Amino acid sequence: MARTVEAPLDEATIKSLRAGERVVMTGKIYAARDAAHKRLVEAMQKGEALPLPLSGQVIYYVGPAPAKPGSVIGPAGPTTSGRMDPYTLPLLERGVAGLIGKGSRSEEVKRALVRHRAVYFGAVGGASALLARQIRSSRILAYPDLLSEAVRELEVEEFPLIVINDCHGGDAYLAAREAYRSDGGRSQRSR
Amino acid sequence: MRTVDVGDVRQAVGELLRHSAHSLPEDYLKAMRTARQEEQSPTGQDVIELLLENAAYAESETIPTCQDTGMAILFVEVGQEVHFSGGEIEAALQDATRDAYSDLRKSVVSDPLLRVNSGDNTPALIHWEIVAGDGLRISTLQKGFGAELMSRVQMFPPAVGEEGLQQFVLDTIESAGPNACPPLIVGVGIGGSLDTVGMAAKKALLRPIGSQSPEQHVAKFEAEMLEAINRLGIGPQGLGGVVTALAVHVEVLATHIAALPIAVNLNCSAPRRATLEL
Repeated sequence: MARTVEAPLDEATIKSLRAGERVVMTGKIYAARDAAHKRLVEAMQKGEALPLPLSGQVIYYVGPAPAKPGSVIGPAGPTTSGRMDPYTLPLLERGVAGLIGKGSRSEEVKRALVRHRAVYFGAVGGASALLARQIRSSRILAYPDLLSEAVRELEVEEFPLIVINDCHGGDAYLAAREAYRSDGGRSQRSR
Repeated sequence: MRTVDVGDVRQAVGELLRHSAHSLPEDYLKAMRTARQEEQSPTGQDVIELLLENAAYAESETIPTCQDTGMAILFVEVGQEVHFSGGEIEAALQDATRDAYSDLRKSVVSDPLLRVNSGDNTPALIHWEIVAGDGLRISTLQKGFGAELMSRVQMFPPAVGEEGLQQFVLDTIESAGPNACPPLIVGVGIGGSLDTVGMAAKKALLRPIGSQSPEQHVAKFEAEMLEAINRLGIGPQGLGGVVTALAVHVEVLATHIAALPIAVNLNCSAPRRATLEL
């Protein structure tokens, strides 16, 4: 059984997580993707109040599909995290402790995760119908005009994740790729 | 001459897009079941298993397999003896897209710089081809853009050769890494010009997994590329493994003596693809 981590994240949990470890997350997390990140960072630059708490919180890069009548939320898998890299440092500086998405982060973001003691988790992209089953409630907090890109508060229960980048510099993608690579690094060397 | 009512086209294409959002093609599911056996990484096996479970659950609940229900790309082959009645065919196809996406995610902005959501997932991208006869064949791709974003096009000179092209494909896959949601379907266009090489790569994604090019030298290129890609170690979801791609489909086009264009169009592990004939 994967261990359960509670959101928001506390310092001890953050320090204990290691790249490659599978966990399930339970608690409140916040959905925000491209357009919402742009607005949040612009609001921070102008010194405006933000529509969500940041300290210790977890941000999930997701733009859910519409919910079927009677459902809490539509399919809700992760989107590509790298697009949020340009907006991530100011959020980490304000205490955001966890990020959920899929795909690689920039070196700058990886270094900031170590510096600010935060963790980047991967959810399985494309497993969106199953992931939505682990979301117990969904509420729009801000930017409803952005439709699927609005900021949402989500309550998740046993939401399955894998630690990709931990706060000690570990990187699950790089480690896994090297373990199964059998081309002698041909592609990498040629660059 | 055959008359086709555009209202019938609207209804059929709308239903096809709706259905395809929650029902992945059988050739893909079959390839994934084989991949589950071939994958050596336990995490990779789990990812494939999860994606197969997700596909079955989405189908049974009639909910989309992925929240990114994509931008609708329509390939329309119209027989030159077809006469459309009851309205404009292009408008009917946009209406079909609007109908289907009323319950799907609206992922289109009307202007790339202003970035305001169009609110109904239109416009669909429509590609027309006039063919002989009186048939009407429409293929759809609901393309997620996580993988689209990692796709690439390059205008090489001929001296780059086949080896250079192979390196370009590998570099594209390697830099996409986990971002494009592997196991991937890799569409490659070679030849033509800037505009048509991308189209060839996209059309290659319409081919069923397991099909190979009728040209022997191209089929060889496909097989060699698939093997090389699966040696990169990226694996399902980039979590390591020997199944990074399920298929490489290559379409070649005549080109100019001065050029060797290539486009690599990636499809994530949720190929929403379908075809109908009216």
